Amino acid sequence: MNRIGILELQGDFALHHRIFEEMGIGSVSVKLPRHLDGIEGLVIPGGESTTMSLLMDSFNLREPILSFATNYPVMGTCAGLILMATKVHDSRVVPLGLLDISVDRNAYGRQIMSSTEPAQFHFGEESFTLPATLIRAPKIIEVGKNVRVLGKCGEEPLIVLSGHFLGLSFHPEIDGISIFHEILFDSQSKYFWTILNQVHAA
Amino acid sequence: MSKGSFEVKVGLAEMLKGGVIMDVTNLEHAQIAESTGACAVMALERIPADIRSDGGIARMSDPQMIKEIQKSVSIPVMAKCRIGHFAEAQVLETLEIDFIDESEVLTPADEHNHIWKHDFKVPFVCGCRDLGEALRRIAEGAAMIRTKGEAGSGNIVEAVRHMRTVMGQIKRLTILGQDELVTEAKVIGAPLSLVQQVAKLGKLPVPNFAAGGIATPADASLMMQLGAESVFVGSGIFKSDDPEARAKSIVEATTHYKDADRVAAASTGLKKAMKGLEMSEIPEEERLQERGW
Repeated sequence: MNRIGILELQGDFALHHRIFEEMGIGSVSVKLPRHLDGIEGLVIPGGESTTMSLLMDSFNLREPILSFATNYPVMGTCAGLILMATKVHDSRVVPLGLLDISVDRNAYGRQIMSSTEPAQFHFGEESFTLPATLIRAPKIIEVGKNVRVLGKCGEEPLIVLSGHFLGLSFHPEIDGISIFHEILFDSQSKYFWTILNQVHAA
Repeated sequence: MSKGSFEVKVGLAEMLKGGVIMDVTNLEHAQIAESTGACAVMALERIPADIRSDGGIARMSDPQMIKEIQKSVSIPVMAKCRIGHFAEAQVLETLEIDFIDESEVLTPADEHNHIWKHDFKVPFVCGCRDLGEALRRIAEGAAMIRTKGEAGSGNIVEAVRHMRTVMGQIKRLTILGQDELVTEAKVIGAPLSLVQQVAKLGKLPVPNFAAGGIATPADASLMMQLGAESVFVGSGIFKSDDPEARAKSIVEATTHYKDADRVAAASTGLKKAMKGLEMSEIPEEERLQERGW
């Protein structure tokens, strides 16, 4: 893919642009509905989900993002995961409902509980350990039957894949890790979502 | 298992980019801030404009008030401690405040030393007027830098001066040779290792925000275009005639800072901004930006 959009209402969008730059994939900023034209995927970054939820409505982005998402992959990290969920246990955030999961915001506690933890990932037959940086992170509480958990920290699911939607409760972009962006946006990768979905379904 | 690492501290600062951090003094203000799109609030007993007019010693806020605000909003809650007052910072850490502002807005507790911020698990933000001051604070452990501006003045001129100075000094470092960087480190009073890092990166190693005098959507747009990655709005919102509408419009202008049509739309129909002060009306000994070393 040549052009991925990053939702730039508020948050750590610059770190996602840096990951795409390292991958050799072009990335552009999405602040208004017309910015969705001509892009082949979308990232909803980390930040404050209340702010993003509110600004998505102020700038009439909600419906255009939903219709974009029927055809193109969408990835969310932290606040982005919250916005992609079907259910958020907090009425201040109105999520998009792309991923059949329920989430609790700030479930680990305040910033003093934020940390980098070793997490285990399973992509098909392969397993590996990578650092997961959790900043005032949400927890994935319930996972629908068509949603696959690709990684955990202890018993907590950290990353879920459903069709062409990927949600992470941590920030690979802080640690400069690009493997999760490859899943959705690099069709040459052996971890591309179509392959992972086949392997996990088998 | 690395809680409180420098990366995790800077991580929260990264999450606050492209947003507006609002000063609030009570529950009602905190809820207005959250519902108008603030990405964090700064809990304090008096906003800077009132600290300036009331006089007396300005200290850390009452823990009770901080706790109430923490309970009422879901966004990060920041609070201020006095420069060098590490015991106030320890109290704020115990309260699990998300970010501590070691701030010139409060009356300094130490006229020689700032807090050694590496000792804390909670991240700190500090003000600066120039690059040397910014790098000294980063050396002490600050995970975010902001301009000082002139808090409570409603006058953007000092924040512009400080941002222009920092950005200009950064640009200068990128063209100096290694030998010249040693001299520059001496001249600006900053550690050589950080001077070398900035010369290589072409930016500060931590997020760089603007504060001190922002009162309108266009002020926010100006600071973002000058290189700020987020804005703090202190007195500008709750000293205006229409806090809610103004808060929302400053948030919108911050997201669309390069889009003059959007900034114009956000600026339209607002009531009066805070009155503000001309710098000549503030005697030098009363300028908050002079505090800090």
